[in-house]
Formats: sequence, C-alpha cells, structure tokens
Amino acid sequence: MPLLEVSNLKKSYAAPDGGTHVVVDVPDFKLVAQAQVALSGESGSGKTTFLNLIAGILAPDTGSIKLNGQELAGLRESARDRIRATTIGYIFQTFNLLQGYTALENVLLGMSFGPGADREFAKALLKRVGLEAKLNHLPRQLSTGQQQRVAVARALANRPKLVLADEPTGNLDHTNAGESLKLIREACRENGAALLLVSHDREVLGQFESVQELAKLNRAAMQPT
Amino acid sequence: MTLPLIVAKSLRQHLLSTVVTAASIALAGGLLMAVWVVKTQSNDAFTKQNAGFDAVLGARSAKLQLVLNAIFHLEASPGNLPWADYEDISTNAAVALALPIAVGDNYHGYRLVGTTTNLFAVEHRPGRKFRVAEGEPFLAGYMEAVLGSFAAQQLKLKVGDKFHPFHGLIFDEKQQHAETYVVTGILEPSNTPADRVIWIPLEGIQNMKGHDAKSAAEISAVLVKLKNPIAGRGLELMYNKQGNRLTFAWPIAQVVAELFGKIAWFDRVLALVAWLVAAVATGSVLASIYNSMNERRRDIAILRALGARAHTIFLAVVMECAAIAVLGMVAAFAVYLGITTVAAGIIRAETGVVLEPFAWQPIFAWVPLTMIGLSALAGVVPALKAYRTNVAENLVPVS
Repeated sequence: MPLLEVSNLKKSYAAPDGGTHVVVDVPDFKLVAQAQVALSGESGSGKTTFLNLIAGILAPDTGSIKLNGQELAGLRESARDRIRATTIGYIFQTFNLLQGYTALENVLLGMSFGPGADREFAKALLKRVGLEAKLNHLPRQLSTGQQQRVAVARALANRPKLVLADEPTGNLDHTNAGESLKLIREACRENGAALLLVSHDREVLGQFESVQELAKLNRAAMQPT
Repeated sequence: MTLPLIVAKSLRQHLLSTVVTAASIALAGGLLMAVWVVKTQSNDAFTKQNAGFDAVLGARSAKLQLVLNAIFHLEASPGNLPWADYEDISTNAAVALALPIAVGDNYHGYRLVGTTTNLFAVEHRPGRKFRVAEGEPFLAGYMEAVLGSFAAQQLKLKVGDKFHPFHGLIFDEKQQHAETYVVTGILEPSNTPADRVIWIPLEGIQNMKGHDAKSAAEISAVLVKLKNPIAGRGLELMYNKQGNRLTFAWPIAQVVAELFGKIAWFDRVLALVAWLVAAVATGSVLASIYNSMNERRRDIAILRALGARAHTIFLAVVMECAAIAVLGMVAAFAVYLGITTVAAGIIRAETGVVLEPFAWQPIFAWVPLTMIGLSALAGVVPALKAYRTNVAENLVPVS
C-alpha cells in the first residue's frame, strides 16, 4: 500500500475576472513509504499548492488524498492539523523559522503539536545536523545554511512518515545547497521518512533517482493561465 | 508547555507594547483598588471612630458640626455652653463619663484642647485607654501639655520643651499668646483624632489671656460615654426635642454616616472614573494586540503549518491578553500602595484617622480577576482574527 495516494485532486481559486482558476488538477500520484521523489516544475506550476494540499493546509475542491491509509480530503481542518502534526514534516524555501525562538525551541515546536516535546530528541536532531553548539541561538544569529539545517531538524522533529520539501535549497548558495540536500536525504532515510521534494533546480533534481515532472502530473499546469 | 512558551515568546517579541499596555492596566487596577479602599476604609474609620465616646453635647448647632469639632477636631466650634450644663449631664444616671473640652487656640496649626485629667481614664477602644507613653500627664491648673503622638512627631516637640500657644484654630504667627506651656508627656499612638491634638488642662483655654472673660465659665462641648448606648435616646429627646438651647449628637456613627451619605455621589463619580480607566486599559489591550496581528500573521501561519490547531492559536492570543493583565496587576499593587500611602498620609495629617493600606480587602482578589477576565475577553477579537489567518497565503513565498 502506498504511503501517499492522490487521485483526481483538484484545487482552484477565484480569478479576478469572476471565474475560477484551476491550479492543481492531478489525476493520479503515488508515493511509497521511505521513497524519495523529486517533482520538477517552474514557478507558478502549482508546486506549493500541491504540497499544501498533501499537508492538509489547503482543502481540495474535489478528489482524494490518502496518507498512510487515511483519507485527508474530507476531514475537518482540525483533523488535518492533527495529521500534519503527527505524520508530516515540512521544509520551506524560506525556512520559516520563528524568529523569536532559539534553534532548540524551533525544533521543539515541530514536535509540540504532535507527539509532544522531547528535549533530548530535539537536541539529538540538532546534533545530527551539526548544530549542537547553536542550540540557544536565534535564527538571526545563524547563517543561512545553519537556518536551513534547523528547518531540516524541525521537519523531522515529530518523527514524520512523510517530509515535504518546497524548494528547500532555493535560498542557498551552490555549496550549501549540495550539502543541505544531502543532509535532508540522509536525515529522512535515517528517520524512516519518505521525502517529496519540489524544485526547479536541475542540479537538485539530478540527485534523485525518481523525478516526476509536475507539468505532466498536473493537468492544470499544462494549461495556459 | 507549548502554550505558555508561545505566550511568553510573543510577549517578549512585542516587549514595548507589552510594557505600555501592562502599565495602563497597572494604572487602572491600582486606581480602582485605591479608590475602593480609601472609600471603604475612610467610611469605616470615620463611622466607627468615636474616640471612646457615644455622644457629644454642645451649643445648639448641626450635629455633624458638633461631632466634627469635638471628636475629629475639625471645623469651628459652634459656640460655648455653660459649665453648669456639663455638671448636669455628668450627674445624669445614664452617663458613665462626661469629659468637658474647650477649644480656641493652636500651636502651628495643631489644636490645643483643654480638658480634665479624666481624659486618661477614657477607653478609646475596648481595653485601651489614652496612655502617656513618655513623661507624665498634665496637672490641672498648670500650664502643662500632653501631646498626641502625631502632633509631637510633626511639631518635633519632646518632653520638657516649652511653647507659646497661638490664638484661634488657624495658625497666625501674629496671634501668639504670652503664656508658656511645657510638654510633660506624649500619648502613645491611639490611631484616633486625639493623636493630632495638644491636650492641656481645661483652665488653660478658659483663662488664656486675650480670651473673653466669660469663657472662663464656659466650655466648647462635653464628650459623653453612656452606661448603655440605648440611653442616648432619652437624652436626645431631652436636649434636642424638649430643649432648644443645646444639641445632643447621638449616636456619633450615625451622624458621620449621614456625612458620607451626602458625599456618596462623589464616591460614585470617582468609582465611575476608575471603571472608565479600567475599560480604556482593557481596550488598549485589544487595540495593541489587534494592531500587531498583521505582523504576527506569518508566525501564526508557521505555527499552523507545524500542526497547531486554529483553536490553539485562538487560545494563545487570549492567554497573551490575560498575561498582559496579570503583569499589569502585579504592578497595580505598587500603584495602589503609592496612591493609598499618599492618601493615608494626607487623611491622617488632616483628621487623625488612620487608614491601613496593607490590610486585606476582598477587592485585592476581585479587581485583578476582573481586569484579567476583561483583558482575556478583549483578547477574543484579535484571537478571532488569528483564528481565521489563512495559513497558505501567509507561508510566503509560493512557488
């Protein structure tokens, strides 16, 4: 049974002209447990919306999203929040670290809404990403690469089955991007989490054995907007 | 752990607005408690204050003026009464003790009150007599004085010091009497208006040079202690209804309560102002948090993306508002103590009545609870805005 199974997923927004603008129209997508898959797509191709639908941040108009055998599409927002808190890790392009919180607190927050705060595990994750000496640093006291590593540790904090990564290296320089991608993949593998990463960076995509083009996956992306 | 952490972080991130808003709560809470305590304690202190007497007999006048003059040593004397009236009432079967007093002089604004040594036999409260703490009581017929503790402290007079009284109840340096009085004793604090009086023998006032010669056989009032307080009804009937020359002010508490009844509107206005300040303060909590919601949207979206439920965010905002009120109310006690200490000092200096700002009052519980509750309620509006934050839109950028 796939970890993630998406079928006939549609999401549209109200267009300025009064009509609707379909952003995501994915007839079929599957991801098995512990797999690492990259989705390629240019800006505006609906990558973030697709990930947000899987994460339960957005509710689809129609279709089905089964995560770990559980249907997300028909669930209330609070139930989707609960699943996200316990099953999904999310790495953002801009890291989205909370600026008033230390590295350790950011990681602790990643688990607080799900399995509960585990200080030792949070420290172990930060050690794993090479930040054991920066536990009490605020994001602004960290370099961009270090902030990204905190974001990686936070995404794994709730022991997720699936990690979603939205252009995770988009804000990093070449060297940091390579190291970061390697870290994300290794950390997911070590923690038994599947990885679904979206990027338009060919170098990043080249690191993956399995790459799918969003333009082919998402019928909405094929249409002129 | 998570909610308190989120609240604490948010308070710290918005430190300036937290401090300003908490300060407004502190001011409002402190003001509310101070107004209430000064009002209730003044009311209690004045209505329960009788310096050990049940009634006052004086020249025909308003009862309140008589009580204020004879018990609280405020206001002008309504006039004198003959010594014979003192003799009459002191031998009345219903009277346990009658103490004649005569007023008309001061020393640097502190009244000289002439009386007999029976003063030292009066229990100003059960089991507590006016007792000389330092020195000796004055001797009848001598130019000796016993000072109330507050008067001694303010005038910096000690046993053995000498002074010249001044004519009248208001200090005028041109009105100095030639007589020299010596301080023979200082009363222990009684927390009554007697503390701010200079007690001298009755003859001292009666015979002071410059006073009207006929005042030598007159007194200003008689302070009366009844054997049974109910007996005052008969005396009241005799002096107030059947006679028209004297006034018998009884019971003292009721006379003072009438004064508070007359100025109750002032209390209500003051309380209304305090409640308005409280409403403005809780409104400032609402405005402060609501206005910061735009800059918080991203943090809220991130928390939501991490799995925080919308109601968790709602609760965090409400708790933040309540936490500001908690901080404010802690500071409010300092504001309260500041206001009541100043007010108690003024009231004691002007009336001798002692307020106790540190004494427990139920208001110390219900004002903080009300302010915290109102602030939490005010937090519902920004909390609803936080609750409705669009997560996807605020997790920028979108690719």
